[in-house]
Amino acid sequence: MTEGYNFAYLDEQTKRMIRRALLKAVAIPGHQVPFGSREMPLPYGWGTGGIQVTASVLGPDDVLKVIDQGADDTTNAVSIRRFFAKTAGVATTTHTAEATVIQTRHRIPEKALRDDQIIVYQVPQPEPLFRLESSRVETRRMHGLADYGLMHVKLYEDVARFGQISIAYDYPVMVNGRYLMSPSPIPAFDNPKMDRMPALQLFGAGREKRIYAIPPWTDVRSLDFDDHPFRAINALEPCGLCGATDAYLDEVVTDDKGGRLFVCSDTDHCAERRDAGHVGKDGVP
Amino acid sequence: MTLMLRTEGLAKTFTLHLRGGMMLPVLSGIDLEVHAGECVVLSGPSGAGKSTLMRSLYGNYRAEAGRILVRHGGEMVDIASAEPRIVLAVRRETLGYVSQFLRVVPRVSTLDIVADELITRGRDPAAAAVLLSRLNIPRRLHDIPPATFSGGEQQRVNLARGFIAGHPILLLDEPTASLDAENRAVVVEMIREAKQRGTAIVAICHDAEVRDAIADRLFPLTPAREAA
Amino acid sequence: MTLLSARGLSLRFGAIPALVDVDVDLWQGEVLAIVGESGSGKTTLLNVLSGRVTPDAGHVFYRDPHGLEHDVHAMPSPALRTLHRSDWGFVHQDPRQNLRMNVSAGGNVGERLMARGARHYGNIRAEAIDWLTQVEIDASRVDDLPRTFSGGMLQRLQIARTLVTHPRLVFMDEPTGGLDVSVQARLLDLIRTLVARLGIAAVLVTHDIAVARLLAHRIAVMQRGRIVETGLTDQVLDDPQHAYTQLLVSSVLQA
Repeated sequence: MTEGYNFAYLDEQTKRMIRRALLKAVAIPGHQVPFGSREMPLPYGWGTGGIQVTASVLGPDDVLKVIDQGADDTTNAVSIRRFFAKTAGVATTTHTAEATVIQTRHRIPEKALRDDQIIVYQVPQPEPLFRLESSRVETRRMHGLADYGLMHVKLYEDVARFGQISIAYDYPVMVNGRYLMSPSPIPAFDNPKMDRMPALQLFGAGREKRIYAIPPWTDVRSLDFDDHPFRAINALEPCGLCGATDAYLDEVVTDDKGGRLFVCSDTDHCAERRDAGHVGKDGVP
Repeated sequence: MTLMLRTEGLAKTFTLHLRGGMMLPVLSGIDLEVHAGECVVLSGPSGAGKSTLMRSLYGNYRAEAGRILVRHGGEMVDIASAEPRIVLAVRRETLGYVSQFLRVVPRVSTLDIVADELITRGRDPAAAAVLLSRLNIPRRLHDIPPATFSGGEQQRVNLARGFIAGHPILLLDEPTASLDAENRAVVVEMIREAKQRGTAIVAICHDAEVRDAIADRLFPLTPAREAA
Repeated sequence: MTLLSARGLSLRFGAIPALVDVDVDLWQGEVLAIVGESGSGKTTLLNVLSGRVTPDAGHVFYRDPHGLEHDVHAMPSPALRTLHRSDWGFVHQDPRQNLRMNVSAGGNVGERLMARGARHYGNIRAEAIDWLTQVEIDASRVDDLPRTFSGGMLQRLQIARTLVTHPRLVFMDEPTGGLDVSVQARLLDLIRTLVARLGIAAVLVTHDIAVARLLAHRIAVMQRGRIVETGLTDQVLDDPQHAYTQLLVSSVLQA
C-alpha cells in the first residue's frame, strides 16, 4: 500500500457522506440520490462515480474485481484495480467467484452473483428519461408521481418504426414496481440478471452526482408491451473460443478481408470454460 | 283537453344600453293558453310583438315579468325562471321551434341536420330522408349542406328539422312564408297531422289562406305604447 | 348535481383584478362558453378552474365519478395530475403546447393511454388509429411526425390526444383561434359532434361569439374579471341584458 493516502483514497468524511447516500438509495430502490461527487484523479467518463462508491464500501479484507465491458484486462479495468491495490492495499482478482466487490463498466458477469458480493456500476447518465424530457425539474416530477407514460411512448415509437423495441443497451427497467431506472449502458442481454439478484447492486454517476441502488432480491422488470415482450438479444452463434451459447459475445474483426470472430465479452468466464476443456470452433484445445 | 302552455302576465321590455338606456316595451300582461291538439295563431300588425312573444315562449328572449308554464314530462315548468339546463331539456323533449331562417353549422349535410334531431334522442334516423322527400327536397340534395339552397328550400329543411322529433308543443314562425302553393299544402297537411297527434301549436302566419286552414283560434296582439 | 362548481374566485395580478368574486357551475355533459374581450379574465378563469393557477380566494370543487367532491386547489399534486391525464383534458389554442412534435401522431394519441397503464402495443395503436379517423386524419398518417401536419390537422390531433381517454371534462382555450375560417368550420363541427356523442362537459374560452353559439349550451360574459351576464347561449346572445354584452353582440360583423 502506498503511503500518504487515506485508506481507499477518499477521506473518511467523504466516504461517510457517500455511505449515507448509499443507505438512502438502498432504502428507496431505483431512486436517484444526489451526492457531493469529488474530483477524482481520472477524467469524468472513466468511472469516477463507480470509484467513489467502491472506495466507500471497500474494507481491508475485501477482494476487488474490476471489469470494463466484461474484460479484466483493458486499460480502464487495470488502472482502477491498481488504484485500489495502491491506495487501499486490498487483494484483487479477475475471478468473479473470488471477488467480494466487483466494479463494472457496461456488463454484468456471466457467473451468477451471490449474496455476499456487491456489484458497483459506473453510470454516465443516471436519468432514464434524459433523451425524452430535457427539463430536470420535469423528470423529477415524473419520478415523484411515477408518471412514466413518456418512456412507453419511446418504446411505442420503436415498435412503430422498427417492428420491435430497438434498445440494445441501457434498456430502462422498473425497480420494485415503483421507480424507472437506467441500468447503466449494460447490454439488454444482462437485464434479466438484475432481477432478484442475491448481490447488492450500487450505481454511481460521478459527473451527474447521483447514486442509486437495488437491494438484494429486488424485482427489476424491463419495460415492454404485452404483445412485444422484452427479449434479451444476442449473437446467433456460440463463442468461437469456448463454445458458450448462453453468454454475451463481442464481435472481433480479425483481418481486413471480412474475417471476424465472436467471443465471450466476459473474459474470466471464457477462460474458466476453456480451462474446463470447452473448445469453440476457432479455439485451440 | 290538456293544457300544454300558459302564460300569466307575461311582459317584455327591451332596454337598449347602447342608446342611453332607452326602454322599448313590447309585451305586457299577456295571458295565453294553448291546449293539446290546438293551433293558436298570433295575429296583429307588424310590431305588435308576435315574434317577441314567440321567442319568449321558447326562452330565446328573457321574460321580464310573468310566467311561461309548459307541460314538460307531466308537470308544468316555468320557462321564464327555469335554469338553463331545464330549458334545454324542455326544448329537447317538449318544445320545438321553427324559426323563419335556417341557422346551422357550416358544411353539415342537409340529411345530417335533420337526422341529428333523431340521433340525439336515440331514435332511428331513417325517417329524416322520408320527411325531407315529403317536403320536396330531392334525394340528390340530401348530402349537400343547405347553405347554397334557395330560400324556400332552406325553409323546408328548417321545417323538416322542426317537425321530425314530434315535440308535443310546436312554435312556428311564418312556416310557409317563402313556399309555393304545392309546398304550402304539404306543410298545412303536416300541421293537421300534428294536431291530430295532440300537438299544441302556436304559429305566426300572415298568409290568410294557410291561417284559415290551420288556426283553431286567433290570439290578437296590439302594439304596446312607448314608455316615458 | 354539478360536475364542477366554483365559488367566490378572486385573483389579482398586482394592481390588476383578474378575477373578482366569480361563481361557476358546470353540469355533466354541459358546454359552457366564457366570452369576453382580451384581458377580461377568460383564460385566467380557465386556468383557475382547471387547477393550473391558484386563486387568492375562493374554491373550485370537482365531483369525481364516484360522487366524491374534491377541492381542486387543495388536492395533492399527484391526484390533480392524475385527474388531468384521465378524467380531464385540456385543449390549447396552440396545439404545439400540448403535442410532442418529435413523436409520431400515433405516439401522441397513445401517450395518455400508456400514462394510464395501457401496455398492449396492438391495442394502443388500434385505438390511436381509430381516434385519428374520428378527427378525420387519414390512418396512413399514424407514423408521421406532427411537424408534417397543417395547422388544422395539428389541432385535430390535439383533440384526439385529449379525448382518447374519454375525459368527462375538457377545458378548451380558443380551440379554433389561429385557424383559417374554412378549417374552423370543420373543426367546430367536429368538436360539437364529439362532445355531444361522448357526453363531455366542457369549459370553452373564446372571444368569437359565433364559436360560442355553435358549441355552447350556456354562456358566461366576462368583463374586467367579473361575470357580468350568464345564461342560455341563444338567450344571452339574442336578448343580451347587460350593457357590455349588448356592446359585444352588436360589434359582431354579420357574414
